[in-house]
This record gives sequence, C-alpha cells and structure tokens, in this order.
Amino acid sequence: MHRHPEVARLETAPQPAGLKRIAIDPLTRVEGHGKVTLLQDAEHRIQQARLHIVEFRGFEKFIQGRPYWELPVMVQRLCGICPVSHHLAAAKATDQLVGVDQLTPTAEKVRRLMHLGQTLQSHALHFFHLSSPDLLFGFDDAVAHRNIVGVIQDHPEIAKQGVLLRKYGQEVIRVTSGKRIHGTGAIPGGVNKALTAAERDYLLADVEQMIAWGETAVQLMKRVFLSNADYHYRFGAVDANTLSLVGPDGAFELYHGGLRARDPDGGEIFDYQDYRQYEELLREEIKPWSYMKFPFIASLGPARGWYRVGPLARVNNCERFATPLAEQEREDFRAAGEGRPLQAALATHWARLIELLYCAEGIQELLHDPDLLGTDLLVSGERRSRGIGVVEAPRGTLFHHYEIDEDGLVRKANLIVSTTNNNQAMNASIRQVAAHYLDGHELTEPLLNHIEVAIRAYDPCLSCATHAMGRMPLELELVDAAGCCLDRLYKGPDGRVERLVEGADGALVGGGA
Amino acid sequence: MNLANSFRLDGREIPFQPGQTLMDAALAAGAYIPHLCHNPELAPHGSCRVCVVRVGGRLVSACTAPAAAGLEVASDTPDIQASRRAILQMLFVEGNHICPACEKTGACQLQAVAYYVGMLEPHFTHFFPRRDVDASHPDYVIDFNRCILCELCVRASRDLDGKHVFAISGRGIDSRLVIESPTGKLGDSAFAATDRAAHVCPVGAILPKRGAYSVPIGQRLYDREPISQVGDVAANEGRARS
Repeated sequence: MHRHPEVARLETAPQPAGLKRIAIDPLTRVEGHGKVTLLQDAEHRIQQARLHIVEFRGFEKFIQGRPYWELPVMVQRLCGICPVSHHLAAAKATDQLVGVDQLTPTAEKVRRLMHLGQTLQSHALHFFHLSSPDLLFGFDDAVAHRNIVGVIQDHPEIAKQGVLLRKYGQEVIRVTSGKRIHGTGAIPGGVNKALTAAERDYLLADVEQMIAWGETAVQLMKRVFLSNADYHYRFGAVDANTLSLVGPDGAFELYHGGLRARDPDGGEIFDYQDYRQYEELLREEIKPWSYMKFPFIASLGPARGWYRVGPLARVNNCERFATPLAEQEREDFRAAGEGRPLQAALATHWARLIELLYCAEGIQELLHDPDLLGTDLLVSGERRSRGIGVVEAPRGTLFHHYEIDEDGLVRKANLIVSTTNNNQAMNASIRQVAAHYLDGHELTEPLLNHIEVAIRAYDPCLSCATHAMGRMPLELELVDAAGCCLDRLYKGPDGRVERLVEGADGALVGGGA
Repeated sequence: MNLANSFRLDGREIPFQPGQTLMDAALAAGAYIPHLCHNPELAPHGSCRVCVVRVGGRLVSACTAPAAAGLEVASDTPDIQASRRAILQMLFVEGNHICPACEKTGACQLQAVAYYVGMLEPHFTHFFPRRDVDASHPDYVIDFNRCILCELCVRASRDLDGKHVFAISGRGIDSRLVIESPTGKLGDSAFAATDRAAHVCPVGAILPKRGAYSVPIGQRLYDREPISQVGDVAANEGRARS
C-alpha cells in the first residue's frame, strides 16, 4: 500500500545479480515449513525481502473423486494444530451438499463448543509455547534460552498455565469429537454425538480456572505491549485492510456469520456479505516466486486490496464481544488504537489473548446450555452440487469450497486457508521490519529473529502438522557479487550459533560467533 | 468332554461335530482364529491364508481343514502370528488403506485383525495403485482402493442372492473385482441394498451411501474390545458402521 513504500519496493530487487542472499530457512517456532530470503547489497542495504512457503499441500487435487461425506474427516488432516477448523469448514460445506441450511440447536452448539475448544488450545499453544519467549526475554535473548524450555525455567507458573490451557481446549475437542486430534464429531447435516451430563460436568469443573488464566494472560500481554509502547506500535506495523466473519449485529464471531472487510482507518469496504459469494468478493493473484497465492479484495485490485485476517483483524473488525470480560478487554484494546484500528504486528498477540479469554467464557456459557445434552443431532434435505463453508480458524478466515457430481463424488475443491489470506500482510510486515531494523547492518542472529518475530505474530500455519520449535538447524551464507562466500553462520540443533569460515584447504572451520 | 470328538487348539480342548472344520469348531467353542475370507454362511474359501494353523507339523488353513479327534493344533504361536502379520502387511500396501480418514475405521475387520496379530505399521513399500470409486448406485458405493479380494461379495451374490453381480478378473497381482453389468458400473447391475452381498464386506470396499461416521469414536464396533471378543463385521451387521 502507498503508506508503506518499502512493501512494494522490497518485493523484487531491481538488479538482483551480485546481491548477497541470506535465507532464514526454516523459520522457527511457526507451524509448518517456510523460509525468508533477503537480498543485501555491498553496503548491507536490503534490496528484497520475501516470505516463501516451501510445502505443497495437494489436498484440492487428491480429494477429487472421493465421496463428499469423507471431506470433514479427510481434509482436517491438512493440519495437526487446528484440524477442527478444517473439519468444521468442510462440515459446513457438506451441510449444504445434503441440503441443510439450519442445523438442530444441539448440533450447532456442539460444533460451536468444539470450535471454541480448539481456538483456545491453538491460541494457548501459540502464545505460551511459540511466542512468549520473544516477548518475555526480548528478541535478542540468547537463542538457547529463547524457547519454551527457558520459559519453564524462568516463569514456571506462566508455562504451566500455557500447558494446562492447551490441555483443557484439547479435552473440549475430545469430548465433542471423540479424539483430541482428528476426531469425527461433525457429519453432513449435524453431529454424531452430544454431550452427556458427566462430560459436561467434567468440563465445567475447570472452566473458571481457565477464564482466570485467560484473564491473567491478557493482562500480561497488555503490560508487555504498553510497557514499550512506542516500539511495539511501530514494529512490523503495516496499514492493512481487514477481513473477518461477524455476527448479524457486528459482534465477534468464530463459527458462522457474514464477511466484513474494512480499510486501515476502519471504513467499510463491505459488510455482512454471504460467504457463499466469496468468489465475487475476493480474487487470488499468483506471483512467480511463491507457491502460495495472494488473495485480494476484488473491488480494490491486487495492489490495494490485500488484507489481514486473524485475531488482529477480528478484534479490530467487530463491534463487541458477547462475553463480559473479553468485551471489557476489547475496549482497552480499542482505546490503545487512539481512534484507528491497531495495525501493529505485535498487537496481534494482545488480540489473540482477548480471543482466548472469550473462548474460555464462551465455553462456560455453552456448558450451561441444556441444548448441549439434546438428542436431535441430524437433519437432511435435498442434495445440492455445491457447498461453501467458512469459519474463523484461529489464524483467520478459512474457506472450503466443494462441487460434487450427481453420484456424490468431489469434482472440484478450492481451499483458501487463513495463512494464504495473510500472505501479503506477512510479506508486508517482514519488509517493514527489514527496512527499519536490518537495513544497513551486517546480519546477526538477533536481527534475523526480528523477521521471525514479525512472522510469528501472524501465527502462520505454513502447511500442516509439522513443527519447528526453534531447534531446527539453520545455515546463513553471505555471497558477494562475484559469487564468493564471504561469511557463513550455522545454527545447530542445540540453538548454538557458529561462524563457519572457509579455510585455505576449503574445509569449513568452526569459529566463535 | 468326549475326547473322541475333540481336538486341542493351543492346549485347549475343542469339541466338534462331524463335518465341522477346525474354524467352525473353534468359533463355536468361543476360541478365536483370525480370518478374513471366512464367513460361516458361505462355503469355505481358504484364500486369505490368515487362518493358517499348524497341525502335526503341517500348515493348513483352519477354515478348510476338517476337524478330527486328537489333533494338536497350534494357532497363537510367535511364528504363525509373524506370518499372519506379514500377510496383513502385504494386504495393506497392495491397496490404498488410509485408515485415519476411512469411514470404516474402528469397525473394519482388516484393521481389527491387524491389531489382533500385532501389526502396527505397514512395513512394505506401498504400491499406491490407481483404483476407482464407483458411486453409480443410488444406495451403495464401491471403493476399489480397499478391496482385499476375499471374494465374500462374489460368493454371497452367487450363492445366497443368486445374482452373480461380482467376479474376480485377471490373474495374480493383476486380479481385481469386477461387476457384471453392461457398463461395468454397480448402478447398472442387478445389485440391491437388500442383497446379502451388500452386507458381507469385511473392509470399507462396499458401503452404504448414508450414515458414514455416524457412530462416535469410542462406540464403534472394535473400539472397546478386540475382534476375538466382538466377532466378524458381517456377524455384527447393523452396528458395524463407523
């Protein structure tokens, strides 16, 4: 966008030949595999910064020819962190395939409970396990310490809360779908089980504690953010359009609603649009350097129409939360924006934890609803050939679109996952960080971690189920214009960074870094 | 117990009626010998080789070997279980058995027998054959990816339904299940949902089109007890669907 000239300028270096290429490969403490490449000139000026996703998903292809009723169970295998999102998005699409527009109250509430449980666990995992080391210890903390083990050592109570919040969310998923990961609860037209009174009571026993810990986590993040407000407002901040589902009254919504898009100042682009019309609202651009598409708002075009999804977008986009504590926190969050939606990358953590609190409160509210123990689980209708299901996954808006033939076999599938929606926003944030913090410097591990911190704020799920927990080996090379290797840094599986210098005989020699 | 009409299976005395096979007598006595192609409603077939036992130093299929007084039959021994595991491992890689997403998981005889004999990984290189799904019938779907060529549907259609809807075509590794109809499609055959052939498949190859995943995890056929306690899929028809 024009407010951030570096976003467009750093996409493609005008003369890449002879520039040093630095790769952060793989990115650590994110879900899945990805890398960042930077091109620097001889004066260390950043000329290009790109986020690449190096995995191939292939699901859209290999589910062709499969029966539609397999979709919610099969497609959730895309991911091991938030499979429930794919399970529910596919289930909502297959509801339409079996001619159902309205589930029974029991079925809808069991699905909503499952979704709240998974958003709770996914947010807890991301904040406590993946991101809190950067926020508690600083971006330049020793790499061997800047991880979940360091958090356990220095802040055992915080680490414990993270683990137990996640466990609680996983238990909600197990009770509603049969398994903590990859269950079968949602089926076309409803669910295969409700809760028993014993299951409800089991979950009720700990829910107050989860709300209390959720509240503590929001306060912690708010303190961290506001304690160094000037820096945090600027770091990775890019003005972006926002996209999310909202309820009919503009309330925060994760499971079902209409699509709302707003500009960086909070002005309406469209509101409460039927997501089954998503193809008219959104388009996807392909760039030659990335396997991941770049979606944009059709009416604005690719240059101005890219947008952000996920916690920051959702909390900025909604008018209110339906639960009291989360709503109170949203008001503080909104006030921090001083009349504008907050655009800071690290405000995403704050928004994410407000959502976590909302999930805990929402679970408690649902557990007191007698419909959750109902017996009316399934409805059916007249078969249709097209189904489009959309939910707000932990990481943002998730689209599943299926078309089937008259025998019920999948003819066509299109998935736009949350991280794809955030593709350009993440690229914009890393270019902002590269331009403001790396430009003109010789690159060091802490500086490179600034790039990763910006990416982590988005909690990208770079594809599915694979985890890089800050312990993946990493090698950085500086190559001069003539192609000679000037410098080589190696980060080992133990997190130790070594400078590898090429000796006279060509062998690599470890040196102090 | 009349020892004149009994044999010993893994040291346990098993009574039998004249004309019974080792399998018939063992199952009647509540002793489980793992099997896939056997169904007491149909003539013994002896093709899957999972029920092979050792009798007097010879390996025989329990579903075809006649019971005889005084036989010493070994079934649950390390070497026999190892050969059963190998047979199952070959079956798993020969087709496309994607248990995690399969609607039959938890209620599948192939899976349950594999667990029973301690097969926990496929071991051999997957063939990943390209096979079709035939969803042309209004009530039933056939996923050829999961067919193990046990011929239960072939025999049930021929011997119980009198229809000859199914047959095995080709030889050796090229053997495949085919459908007797002008197009080769199930929808154009004489197959009906009420056929016995619709209710004997031990795997997820022949399935009704409605009701997938409707039994919650934890309540599926083999979720709580092993197949040695629960029995075959066909014997539990009606609650076998996952």
